[in-house]
Amino acid sequence: MADATLDATVGHVDPNDTSSLQTMELTVNGQTHTLTLEPNVVLLDALRERLNLTGAKKGCDHGQCGACTVLIDGRAMNSCLLLAALAEGQEITTIEGLADEDGTLHPIQQAFLEHDAYQCGYCTAGQMMMATSILNDKDIAKDPASIKEAMSGNICRCGAYKNILDAVQSAHRTIEGA
Amino acid sequence: MQSFELIRPESVKDAIGAQSERSAYIGGGTTLVDLMKLGVMQPDHVVDTNRLGLDEIEVLDDGRLKIGARVSNSRLATDARVERDYPVLSQALLSGASTGLRNMATTAGNVMQRTRCPYFRDPAKPCNKREPGTGCSAMDGINRNHAVLGTSEHCIATHPSDMCVAMAAIGATVVVEGRKGTREIPFEDFHLLPGDHPEREHDLRSDELITHVVLDAPLEGAVSTYLKLRDRASYEFALASCAAIVTLEGTKVTAARIALGGVATKPWRAVDAEAALVGEDATAKMFEQVALLAFQRAIPLEHNAFKVELGQQAIARALRDAVQQASQGEHQ
Repeated sequence: MADATLDATVGHVDPNDTSSLQTMELTVNGQTHTLTLEPNVVLLDALRERLNLTGAKKGCDHGQCGACTVLIDGRAMNSCLLLAALAEGQEITTIEGLADEDGTLHPIQQAFLEHDAYQCGYCTAGQMMMATSILNDKDIAKDPASIKEAMSGNICRCGAYKNILDAVQSAHRTIEGA
Repeated sequence: MQSFELIRPESVKDAIGAQSERSAYIGGGTTLVDLMKLGVMQPDHVVDTNRLGLDEIEVLDDGRLKIGARVSNSRLATDARVERDYPVLSQALLSGASTGLRNMATTAGNVMQRTRCPYFRDPAKPCNKREPGTGCSAMDGINRNHAVLGTSEHCIATHPSDMCVAMAAIGATVVVEGRKGTREIPFEDFHLLPGDHPEREHDLRSDELITHVVLDAPLEGAVSTYLKLRDRASYEFALASCAAIVTLEGTKVTAARIALGGVATKPWRAVDAEAALVGEDATAKMFEQVALLAFQRAIPLEHNAFKVELGQQAIARALRDAVQQASQGEHQ
């Protein structure tokens, strides 16, 4: 619980102590932001607290639930365990950057809507980012068992797994044009 | 999380120069950032390895496979040469963690992965590994997930890695670089038994950095499998796991490599079981017999005695599954 208190202050640094602050450029959803952060700030907190991108969620804060999943150069990663500084120079994609600029939903977003693949919605952004990464990954097979295995790091406490699986398979068919 | 200074060297030499008693290297950060948030690891300096290269996989002239320290667990698992020559390593990697964590985690980071012992992970609890001399909370605590092999009166923490179990079976060398030059450490000597000093987990000096892991050349014609037994079918640490590699001539075993995870304080090579199997017929009964040998010196505690039988079953089943591939003509 002590962690939650600490994390709430992330990004609000003591203005009198600037010794360890680092200035970095983060490219998020195609836009480059210059941020000055403590080196111990993880990407999830930088996104949420500094860039107001609150789509990625803080569930467990220890890489155990997947709610914070974002794409780094197209690959899903747990942003709660990734130091923001280490993401410098890479393309960061969050749920806010998944749809087209004209508002057309990404196939995975459309499929989640059509298949009612969520209940409370807290894990949904992480689920969709992981699914996007998996559908783009040639090394991961797309049969139901392989998709379930590949998505097992994204926990849904509501238990919407069946519809999530349906949505991911449906999005796969859409993307493949089948 | 405690603050630290982040140092981002561009060369191995500078990385080694930046290292001190109070620093830690970071690769993907999946262990280190987690443990820094818990206050279990509190380095003053974090030395980033992400600008050092060390991300190639190459076949050496002698047939060995040289893996850069920064190659991610995902990439290593799906590398065509690993899938072809070391499928047991690919299976072990893919059975560990989650897609997101495997995309972040590095080869050297996995070698340096730290125990999941809940008492180690809780700074409020006595733990000889975290704070030498404070005692072991697991010994008389909830020790269901703890080790039965390689333990001492000071520590019973299980080594958590799947990758390392496969590497122990394959045979490997950890290549490290320090101020005094390069050293090659046999994989079985890299991780240390807890003994009287559970805080010392590996044979790495404070200035040294892992640059590569080199796998022994694959055994010709071998069949293999990685079997992982756990509380749920995915995204969970092993209660018992076994990497088995065997070669056969007709029905006779000509070579055997058996390594265990989830049951020991380090990636565990079951050498007695291996020796007993060579020259014998590859039958289910023989596999069960040699499996018993692997646990002859096991020290079960209140909640983890089931791991003795589970570990024996893991060996017998892994050997059976591997040999079954041979009869189906699917070589390693």
